[in-house]
Amino acid sequence: MAVNEKHIKEPLFHITKRTDIPKLTAWGIRLIAVLAALIVSALVIVTITSYNPIEVYIKMFEGSFGSERKFFILLQNTAMLLCVSLAVTPAFKMKFWNLGAEGQVLVGGLSSAACMFYAKDSLPSWLLIIIMLVTSILSGVIWGVLPAVFKAIWRTNESLFTLMMNYVAMQLVSFFIMVWVPNGSSVMGVLNQRSECGWLPTIFGQKYALNIIIVAVLTVVMFVYLHFSKQGYEISVVGESENTARYVGINVKKVIIRTMVISGAICGLTGFLLVSGTNHTVSKELAGGMGFTAIMVSWLAKFEPSMMIFTSMFIVFLQKGAGEIATAFRLNESVSDILTGIIIFFIIGSEFFINYKINMRSKHKEAE
Amino acid sequence: MISTIFAFINAAIIQSIPLLFGATGEIITEKSGNLNLGIPGIMYMGGISGIIGGYIYEHSTASPNAALCIIIPLLSSIVGSLLLALIYSFLTVTLRVNQNVTGLALTTFGIGIGNFFGGSLLSFFGETGSISLIKTGQCFKASLPFANKLGLFGKTFLSFGFLTYLAIIIALVTSYFLNRTRAGLSLRSVGENPATADAAGINVTKYKYLSTLIGGAIAGLGGLYFVMDYTGGAWTNNGFGDRGWLAIAIVIFAIWRPTTAIFSSFLFGGLYILCIYIPGLSSSAKELINMLPYVVTILVLVIISMRKKRENQPPASLGLSYFREER
Repeated sequence: MAVNEKHIKEPLFHITKRTDIPKLTAWGIRLIAVLAALIVSALVIVTITSYNPIEVYIKMFEGSFGSERKFFILLQNTAMLLCVSLAVTPAFKMKFWNLGAEGQVLVGGLSSAACMFYAKDSLPSWLLIIIMLVTSILSGVIWGVLPAVFKAIWRTNESLFTLMMNYVAMQLVSFFIMVWVPNGSSVMGVLNQRSECGWLPTIFGQKYALNIIIVAVLTVVMFVYLHFSKQGYEISVVGESENTARYVGINVKKVIIRTMVISGAICGLTGFLLVSGTNHTVSKELAGGMGFTAIMVSWLAKFEPSMMIFTSMFIVFLQKGAGEIATAFRLNESVSDILTGIIIFFIIGSEFFINYKINMRSKHKEAE
Repeated sequence: MISTIFAFINAAIIQSIPLLFGATGEIITEKSGNLNLGIPGIMYMGGISGIIGGYIYEHSTASPNAALCIIIPLLSSIVGSLLLALIYSFLTVTLRVNQNVTGLALTTFGIGIGNFFGGSLLSFFGETGSISLIKTGQCFKASLPFANKLGLFGKTFLSFGFLTYLAIIIALVTSYFLNRTRAGLSLRSVGENPATADAAGINVTKYKYLSTLIGGAIAGLGGLYFVMDYTGGAWTNNGFGDRGWLAIAIVIFAIWRPTTAIFSSFLFGGLYILCIYIPGLSSSAKELINMLPYVVTILVLVIISMRKKRENQPPASLGLSYFREER
């Protein structure tokens, strides 16, 4: 045996899990990742365009903070993305991969638009808004709870189920637009433009202020719900281990379904805010990929509602900034997707160094 | 009537090929337990890499050689797809990051690259207009010389470029590999239970990497087929549409079997264009028909989970990273 042991080569490094990393170190690692990502992005920008990257980044900043109007659009977009992120978070904490936020937002928006389309200005605006809110939330719930029920009872793969529901929702939107706009232009105009019936009111002279306030309140509520309520605790337990949850007497099926009701409801609410408070119309691109971006936002923030404010703003900032670069340097708009992709790769890659520790082969053993 | 049916079959086959490439690639990937949601992005990448390679070659010589017209885009497409698949496997296998997040980011990234270069490739070379590689497109479309002489049959089944047959061959070979070879068995065991496979001496990391890379390269060919054969060497931004997601749907519909995927792709391809061939259909009804593939996929997903037949289930470790020291 002793002879054998000599021949066993210890690997150069081995990896162990770590659970006790200080928060400051963790955020330090993430910061380094962002910086590294910016450097790589700069290299990419230089190689494909030969512009000065610093200039490009300055332009990027102007895209979000250049004027008061741009800043408010940044806030509004952040609020919407944050709202979807809040929606998917409880599900993710439970390890239920809700990839269907896009579709849940869409059906929510579609219901709001349907209310506006059929009611026109026959109802007082406040009543219409309430009806829109309720139907949007309900339809979001239906879209979200369907995969949850099948997951809870038959263990149907939820990520694939919710993913497919997105496209069903998109086709449903296309279908209704075709029904509502018979001339074949397949674009829905602004609803109730004249009467503004069913539009969220403008407050503080800012069109989007109400949206932003609603989402801010929701963030606080979600924070409290996840951290200080019994239901929030049940979600974490189910997420950590379903067996443990069952053992301590948590009804796992009930938790899965209940959490997806919440998730779907908030997505439906986002759809309502987008239609009633922002666009006043509906299209296939209403959610604009937010359902997917929200997954990254929520995950980057470690499912922490307070951190999501920053991560969602960061992603929106990137998108706005890259859009600004595109127009300023006459590049294709898709440059924003490339930059977002690179930065997200770096940040998600950095999670490895937070969750795992690399132990190098110790020197003195080699000397033996 | 007969000729309409044959025309429909022909068109359905053409539609099915990108889906089949994507589905076969995703099946190989998922068999290792990697749920690669980056496949739509990889397919865009495969398409644009082929376009870039073809464009550079076609514009470097006055008289492009037919063989090189095929080989260069083919190779550049594979390199492009491999690059993205490598990002995915490095992040999920080596760094053990969440697969869903990585995959979705990869899709954003790949579609971004596709649309970026598709939109500005010409301006890099100081040209304007839109990309169209007529010569390369012709080479990819070239079919057997006697196909059109065989009447309706030849026109319907033999008039395709070589990638069409390659797609079917790859699917058949994949099926053979997964079910009849030792390496295929090992791959499936990695997807079912990596810890057990590891204990049995199978190199889990190697299998996960290889299957994701090969799967990615195959899926990328779907993008290449679309830009070269289907559109004849032209690129339009977002022209590929949601076919990547449809390919993922086919994987479920075909219950992770490449041979079934051949017929499923044909079915989905047919559904994709069915509305054109039904006379007197209102535009709203067309949208409902386009919904069918997804609804059917959901039904299949639900039914296989209800029936609980062992051989029809998704790979058991699908979507989970493997860390040896974790219990």
